[in-house]
Amino acid sequence: MRSVLSGILFAAAAAWVLPSAAHAATRDIRVMCYSDGNECPVTRDLAATFMKANPDIKVTVDEVPYSAILQSLPVQLAAGKGPDIARVTLFGNYSQYFLDLRPYLKDAKFWETAFGPTLDWMRKGPADHGIYGMMTQLTVTAPLVDKTLFEQAKVPLPGPKATWDDWAKAVAKVAKATGTEAGMAWDRSGHRFAGPAISYGAKYFDAKGNPAVVDAGFKAMAKRFYDWNLNGTVLKSTWAGQATGYKDAFNEFANGKIVMYYSGSWQLNRLLKLGNAFDWAIAANPCGPAACSGMPGGAAFVAFKETKHPHAVAAFLDYLAQPANYRTFAERTNNIPAELALQKQALNYNMSAEGKAALAALLHDAATLSPIAYHLQGYRFAGAIFGATADRIGQAIAGSMTLDQAYKRITQDIATALATAKK
Amino acid sequence: MTAPAPGQALRRALGAAFGGAMNLLEAPMRLAQAKLRGGRIGWVFVVPNLSVFGLFTFLPILIDLVYAATGGNQLFPAQRPYVGTANFRALLACRNYLDPNTCTRDLFWHGVYNTAEFVVLQVGFMVGLSLVTALALNRPGRGRGFFRAVFFYPVLLSPVVVALIWKWVLQRYGVLNALLSALGLAPHDWLLNATTAFFWSVFVSIWAHMGFYTLILLAGLQAIPRDVYEAAAMDATPPWRRFRRITLPLLMPSLLVVLVLALIRAVQIFDEVYVLTGGGPGTSTTFLVQFIYQTGFAQQVREYGMAAAASLLLAGVLMALTVLQLRLARPKS
Repeated sequence: MRSVLSGILFAAAAAWVLPSAAHAATRDIRVMCYSDGNECPVTRDLAATFMKANPDIKVTVDEVPYSAILQSLPVQLAAGKGPDIARVTLFGNYSQYFLDLRPYLKDAKFWETAFGPTLDWMRKGPADHGIYGMMTQLTVTAPLVDKTLFEQAKVPLPGPKATWDDWAKAVAKVAKATGTEAGMAWDRSGHRFAGPAISYGAKYFDAKGNPAVVDAGFKAMAKRFYDWNLNGTVLKSTWAGQATGYKDAFNEFANGKIVMYYSGSWQLNRLLKLGNAFDWAIAANPCGPAACSGMPGGAAFVAFKETKHPHAVAAFLDYLAQPANYRTFAERTNNIPAELALQKQALNYNMSAEGKAALAALLHDAATLSPIAYHLQGYRFAGAIFGATADRIGQAIAGSMTLDQAYKRITQDIATALATAKK
Repeated sequence: MTAPAPGQALRRALGAAFGGAMNLLEAPMRLAQAKLRGGRIGWVFVVPNLSVFGLFTFLPILIDLVYAATGGNQLFPAQRPYVGTANFRALLACRNYLDPNTCTRDLFWHGVYNTAEFVVLQVGFMVGLSLVTALALNRPGRGRGFFRAVFFYPVLLSPVVVALIWKWVLQRYGVLNALLSALGLAPHDWLLNATTAFFWSVFVSIWAHMGFYTLILLAGLQAIPRDVYEAAAMDATPPWRRFRRITLPLLMPSLLVVLVLALIRAVQIFDEVYVLTGGGPGTSTTFLVQFIYQTGFAQQVREYGMAAAASLLLAGVLMALTVLQLRLARPKS
């Protein structure tokens, strides 16, 4: 009787303890994710298959707005309360919190081969050889063109080697002929401005690699952009309408208020959703005397060093980086892969002929990017350069200061930001 | 003998439980009374409130002081280098104080000037309009209750909702321009012109808050004894003289409260204007609180120290206004 009672007691104790022990063995990792299109749902699907193969790891994908990535995530990380992984852009904002995955990866060499140059974007400088994350896609800035308006105005589309001046003339002509509000609009972003500026000779860095943003090339494009805003070629409200921060002009493009919209590849999913409202295309980046460059970019899944489960984090990112899974992600999200081998392969995108032509144009735009553009994108404090550019040129366009004052303020704002960061 | 009703029994039970709980407190309170002499027992009663107040008010002020005296972009005070008054000096450095573009921190001074202009216009018009509205709503007439509700309704809305409603009205393809076009008039970029954007910022802010101040003034008007007006009517006092000699002096305490509250609220302006205009066009509607927010939270390199220094300067202004309010509210001997 005693042994029966002992057996019951033991079984009860085991039933009580075992689930909690099993629960304690589960490693929970949280992924903070934002979507341009459907990136977070696709990540969630991939996480589900990963968890089937790794039942001891639980991956939770929290979808947040992009503004939370920019504003809340740095504060959470500084307070030591951040997620294990996040999908981020502007890597310099977070690089001090990155976890070097190299010791936890089964095959770090595969990562070097697969993601090569984009790994540098997440590093703190040339001496840094850490692997901190994986680009989920490569983006490239490019002009989106309303072909219907060009056809209505009987103006030919500028060719692949056309300059920004040629484009400005052409879109102004189309706008005038069709009664469109403005010829073009650029996203209010220093990143968007950088590609055209580099095409007009902006170097952004001096010979020692320090930021030297306002030079002759930068001024050549800034003056053009300023004049185009004042004469109505560019939609003034996008850059002058607010004192600070990012603003896009997709709705203006979708509603036929502008002829050309300078944005980037991440707008492709939104363009595809427009259906047959009008004919659109993605054009080659307009040229300047120095280049025909846009800006590269994209988001990356990065790991943070505060994580309690670095092995689990590395295992999940390694799973996402495997060619088959990466291909699924790229194909389902209609993104240009950052994985070098996949870039050379034909991916099976589920989209219209118009969409496939757009992707081909974007791949062409990616191939014409200037090395300066890559270097700028990988610079740790690129966000400070981009912010100062957009805010100060925007203020000049609005009449709050002259363009010359804006140049001085851009230089000063960047110097202040760098000095603050170095303290 | 009849049994007590169920409600009565419940009340008795609750009363007994409450009494029991109070008895539990009696012993420690008696002990505290015996130990704390000279009227210091009062502190025991204010300690709970004071600790909450200290935690959420005094401690943040202390932390703000620490941030204002330190630099760098680290979040934890221990990791931040001491810079003394450097943040204040940078904020106040100007070649010509009348031209913000000559200041080291031009956006701070744009914020200061815009806030000062906003305060003068918004408070002036709001107090005036609130007074006129309160006088109108105080008159007997049909639909008085309805109109009181109408004027108070915007106060119930969140500032973000207010700003989004008005953005919908004022944007390039908004309701106002649609009305103008329907009337054959040219549309206007209301939020893209510095003057009109500022005007609408003031207007929307008045629209959103006027109901609250109207209500205070209405209560003040209703507190004025009727017999004073009856005596004036018997003397055939003209309405303007009645307003100047009776209404205004007797309403002055309420009017002063409204004035100071409106001043404090106007100096703190941020939310609705930030959503409405984003501080633009250019810097024409960038106010002081927006500068603090941008500097501390919306840049890649976050200058917490600079933002804290600016917020302390703003706190100084608010403290001066509060002292003014307390002085004005003090009953005259």
